[in-house]
Amino acid sequence: MTAAVVRRLLQAVMVMLAMTVIVFIAINVIGDPVDILISPDADQIERARVVQALGLDLPLWQQYLRFLWAALHGDLGESYVYNEPAIRVILERLPATLELAVAAILIAIVVGVPLGLYAGLRPDGILTRVIMTVSILGFSLPTFWVGLVLIMFFGVQLGWLPSGGRGQTAELFGVQWAFLTKDGLAHLILPAVNLALFDACLILRLTRAGVAEVLPLDFVKFARAKGLKETRVIGVHVSKNIMIPVVTIIGLEFGSIVAFSVVTESVFSWPGMGKLIIDSINVLDRPIITAYLMATVAFFVIINLVVDLTYTALDPRVRLQGEGP
Amino acid sequence: MNATVLEVRDLRTHFGQAKAVDGVSFSVARGEVLGLVGESGSGKSVTGFSIIGLVDPPGTIVGGQIVFDGRDITRSSREEMRALRGRRMAMIFQDPMMTLNPVLRIDTQMIEAVQAHENVSRTDARARARDALGMVGIPSPDERLQAYPHQFSGGMRQRVVIAIALLHQPDFIIADEPTTALDVTIQAQILAEMQKLVAQNNTSLIWITHDLAVVSRLADRIAVMYAGRIVESGPVSDVLARPLHPYTAGLIDSVPSRNQRGERLRQIPGMAPSVARLPTGCAFAPRCPRADAVCAQAVPLFAAGPREHRCVHPLPELRV
Repeated sequence: MTAAVVRRLLQAVMVMLAMTVIVFIAINVIGDPVDILISPDADQIERARVVQALGLDLPLWQQYLRFLWAALHGDLGESYVYNEPAIRVILERLPATLELAVAAILIAIVVGVPLGLYAGLRPDGILTRVIMTVSILGFSLPTFWVGLVLIMFFGVQLGWLPSGGRGQTAELFGVQWAFLTKDGLAHLILPAVNLALFDACLILRLTRAGVAEVLPLDFVKFARAKGLKETRVIGVHVSKNIMIPVVTIIGLEFGSIVAFSVVTESVFSWPGMGKLIIDSINVLDRPIITAYLMATVAFFVIINLVVDLTYTALDPRVRLQGEGP
Repeated sequence: MNATVLEVRDLRTHFGQAKAVDGVSFSVARGEVLGLVGESGSGKSVTGFSIIGLVDPPGTIVGGQIVFDGRDITRSSREEMRALRGRRMAMIFQDPMMTLNPVLRIDTQMIEAVQAHENVSRTDARARARDALGMVGIPSPDERLQAYPHQFSGGMRQRVVIAIALLHQPDFIIADEPTTALDVTIQAQILAEMQKLVAQNNTSLIWITHDLAVVSRLADRIAVMYAGRIVESGPVSDVLARPLHPYTAGLIDSVPSRNQRGERLRQIPGMAPSVARLPTGCAFAPRCPRADAVCAQAVPLFAAGPREHRCVHPLPELRV
């Protein structure tokens, strides 16, 4: 087990390294930040001074090595805009995105799994047809549009919920969280629901497909033949067998939500990482973009590791390499 | 023989238009082994599932009675049936690779079976499970309880399944071709084991199979099914030695070991009819060399002593 985890971590480091190369080159292609950073009236000498201060006069490979060396020391550069270490700017925004993502995934699971189970157990029910139709809408409608509709309906027309921002926050473990205050929670609901919609539908459909697949299998019939209560047959025998694809999707989608909640955060002006990255791309704030992408990759790697470990807990036939039988 | 444990009267289980089981009657005495024989689609498995109340939809029992413990259990509620299943009646399935849940440990699957019917502690249930495994010949049962199904061979898995079936010492066990998926040597072991165990507990056994060789070794009585009906039944040695129904005779003739080497293997001409479109009369008539116009009318049950059959032209030279 330990050997397997260590091997996975080494793989993760290689992935991160490959990522730095891609990110670094890509970012140099998309534009020259100097044009944006320096006021148009600045003279040539001033311009050269800034270019040199940022190290942009060096050949690309030297810039890369300098970046890599600094990155190894935990320094991903200083934001051109905020004049703060990029990693700190990102981490400041991380809790907002994280709580939004966690809330969204929780909503998706709480809605998706039970409805999927219901639809799988009653494939011909009228309610099942309603659920399945709505779920198609759920992942066909564009997120930004649904977000706008939510704002219009609940924010503007009914006036029940605030339509943007993060509201009041409270401190926990030295970090500001919105979900701890009533106001913050109210602000959290709409963006979380908006973000959850797609994944709830995805989880729902996966669960339903899993139930339909597992239900006719002999072991379910045998479980019934043993005289088990239906709650145990479904709750243990069926559920545990359908959880593997569901866990995979939850893991992947959690990463996606954290990394790319750009749209929802923009629509609801949620001050998270997604909004930050869009702003930073607009002003070509290279260190922020780089740090953001690195953080995202690291996040995905961690999630994948957790998902793999969860598999072994769910399915004894899946064993990580390096572990004895 | 002793008292009747289970009596099936005119059971009809239909899947919409398809009359999978259409008027099956038989009874099983305590400690008796009944071999229910027929080819695929003859309705023998559906008969088994009807008895334990687990017919897959859209199948439903549309008629007849299943009398167990003095009651017609086709009228029992779901909860009453659940309470009977596993405790008073058990079923063993064909493919041991599929019968056990792949993601649950053996002990989980056995303990839940004990606790489904008895209010005992986990420790006690576990001890029961361990003893049951020991009884069916699984070495070091304490360790094996910790294992997952995929860590067992097919034969061992079937032993686990048998152990689960025996946990509550049921009145009868329905075994649906439990040795078909196993190697011949393992098959023989399981048969011997099964025979020993049901004899010990005086448990009745309904052995569903298409394998006449197995039935001849194991069963006391045989019932031959064709197209949803029992066409012939009686003591196993009598029926196999002197079949009355031409279908039974054809079945016996088709056993490869009875054919001469070098000769073409004998078979019954034609195909089993679709149970969706059964003729009014004898369903075997279209394939039968002895059939005539009379066979197109409904065939009554002919009984002589322990032997029963449904053929208006039973094999004459062997008539009882």
